[in-house]
Amino acid sequence: MAFEGLADRLQGTMQKIRGKGKVNEADVKEMMRDVRLALLEADVNFKVVKDFVKRVNERAVGQEVLKSLTPGQQVIKVVKEELTELMGGEQSKIAASSRPPTVIMMVGLQGAGKTTTTGKLANLLRKKYNRKPVLVAADIYRPAAIKQLETLGNQLSMPVFSLGDQVSPVEIARQAIEKAKEEHNDYVLIDTAGRLHVDENLMGELKNIKELTKPDEIFLVVDAMTGQDAVNVAQSFNEQLGLTGVVLTKLDGDTRGGAALSIRAVTDTPIKFVGMGEKLDAIEAFHPERMASRILGM
Amino acid sequence: ARYRKVDEDFFEELEEILIQADVGFGTVIELIDELKTEVKRRNISDTKEVQSVISEKLVEIYQGDDGADSELNIQEDGPTVILFVGVNGVGKTTTIGKMAHKFKSEGKSVILAAGDTFRAGAIEQLEVWGSRVGVEVIKQAEGSDPAAVMFDAIQSAKARKADILICDTAGRLQNKVNLMKELEKVKRVIEREIPGAPHEVLLVLDATTGQNALIQAKTFKEATNVSGIVLTKLDGTAKGGIVLAIRNELSIPVKFVGLGEQMDDLQEFDAEKYVYGLFANLVEVEED
Ligand SMILES: Nc1nc2c(ncn2[C@@H]2O[C@H](COP(=O)(O)OP(=O)(O)OP(=O)(O)O)[C@@H](O)[C@H]2O)c(=O)[nH]1
Ligand SMILES: Nc1nc2c(ncn2[C@@H]2O[C@H](COP(=O)(O)OP(=O)(O)OP(=O)(O)O)[C@@H](O)[C@H]2O)c(=O)[nH]1
Ligand SMILES: [K+]
Ligand SMILES: [Mg+2]
Ligand SMILES: [Mg+2]
Repeated sequence: MAFEGLADRLQGTMQKIRGKGKVNEADVKEMMRDVRLALLEADVNFKVVKDFVKRVNERAVGQEVLKSLTPGQQVIKVVKEELTELMGGEQSKIAASSRPPTVIMMVGLQGAGKTTTTGKLANLLRKKYNRKPVLVAADIYRPAAIKQLETLGNQLSMPVFSLGDQVSPVEIARQAIEKAKEEHNDYVLIDTAGRLHVDENLMGELKNIKELTKPDEIFLVVDAMTGQDAVNVAQSFNEQLGLTGVVLTKLDGDTRGGAALSIRAVTDTPIKFVGMGEKLDAIEAFHPERMASRILGM
Repeated sequence: ARYRKVDEDFFEELEEILIQADVGFGTVIELIDELKTEVKRRNISDTKEVQSVISEKLVEIYQGDDGADSELNIQEDGPTVILFVGVNGVGKTTTIGKMAHKFKSEGKSVILAAGDTFRAGAIEQLEVWGSRVGVEVIKQAEGSDPAAVMFDAIQSAKARKADILICDTAGRLQNKVNLMKELEKVKRVIEREIPGAPHEVLLVLDATTGQNALIQAKTFKEATNVSGIVLTKLDGTAKGGIVLAIRNELSIPVKFVGLGEQMDDLQEFDAEKYVYGLFANLVEVEED
């Protein structure tokens, strides 16, 4: 399971300080050295780790903590609070427009899991919220991307809107929304092509789709195995498009999942869902607090 | 030009840069320690001079003395079988398209095997590449046994006296035991049909991947005896620094790098150039 490795490391570190009757600054410092290493090995971004360690340090060596009756446990409490903070507060819901259809745009790097997640979200919207989504094939670049989405639509018995790969994605999105209104589809999920955050042309295309469709959600789909670059990618997509949420995919792997912590910290965008497999029901809402508890084993 | 001293700050900045390139904490610490020793020994104070030492040390860490080489193992009288493996979405199918193009333009005859029978649109994706490049794709229906596809493809490759057979497989996370077993079976079928094959097992790694790539390499190596790595998506801002540890610990060399989504965006790996790119940022900072 994802996060497990990080959990093991942190719990081992915490164990050393938990039962201590007396804790001094040096103890905290030593613990934080281990915490730093554990976070870095879990791919948490370097700068995020730095800030995190600084904050915990400041709070932990504060008078109330070290002088308390159970200093070890107090220090751990600080770590947990800060970790939860890092992951973001309450879990967030999916938008529902007062003037349907609700438009959701899926964006992200190549191979992150956008198309698959588009299918999963549509499935979830129907199953859990009783909605009637339409999938929009706006990736005209990747070989057989349209076919992939159509196959998923088929598996779900859900409509897929496509105009082939010779019409611009902006135009596809425009016509898709018109059609959705006619057909009374209350959610329009736009699958866009994978692209690099530094690709000005293709990022411009996303801005144009956004301009035209005024999406209620723009979800950045991120591979949970992503390393240090996750923050650059998320920050850049966020600056250029204004993200409303992040979907973290491939959490059924054994990655330590540091990207999850980093992205939230630098973009202040909530992680809304996690992908847990290749099948179309393998999606879950993200609960930051639960995740923090799991990582720290409490 | 602003020449900085090779002091603690310099090393700290180097450490940060390499960690942000996903080189990994352990490897970075090892490198910095060795660098410090070397700098002291050679009495280096100029950052210009230290650059070449950094390059040297990084290449040393990368290459070690395992003698692994980055040439592809191509058979004189074919078919040479190349099996592609890796986790989901890293660029296997795309790299196969690029590689087929490379071989084709060298005048070789190529056949592709559509061994991903699982993911929606995977067969069609390979077919688009096949027609782009102008090579034949051997396929079966979606959902069929990938080992059976390989069997078919090998018979075709033999019958047509193809030079190269490139086999696509479905992406799979390395902790999925059943899927890794399936991959072992695919490889066994190839081995059985052509002694000595597959001649290359290429693990595709996405350069944006962090420390998990080391576990990927380890597990795929155990299952399929990986002979080389293709590091994709280096046209982005990620550096894929974990390949240093992979080579160092597992002796798997990087053979190719992916630099985009088009046919021509595949290059042979150049260790020195790559290593320089890892810390080029630090150098740029100094030169302005
Ligand atoms: N194990 C696992 N695999 C996933 C998950 N989400 C997506 N995948 C797989 O990841 C690979 C890439 O998924 P896609 O949906 O094609 O990714 P994409 O972002 O649309 O890719 P591009 O359109 O090429 O940019 C496929 O093999 C998917 O089956 C997940 O949560 N777990
Ligand atoms: N920028 C960039 N994109 C790449 C590169 N290589 C592959 N891609 C893109 O990454 C995405 C996934 O590539 P695929 O070839 O489908 O990856 P895969 O490993 O076959 O994926 P699955 O079969 O689903 O596991 C596609 O959008 C490709 O165009 C590269 O070197 N650079
Ligand atoms: K990826
Ligand atoms: Mg897609
Ligand atoms: Mg593929």
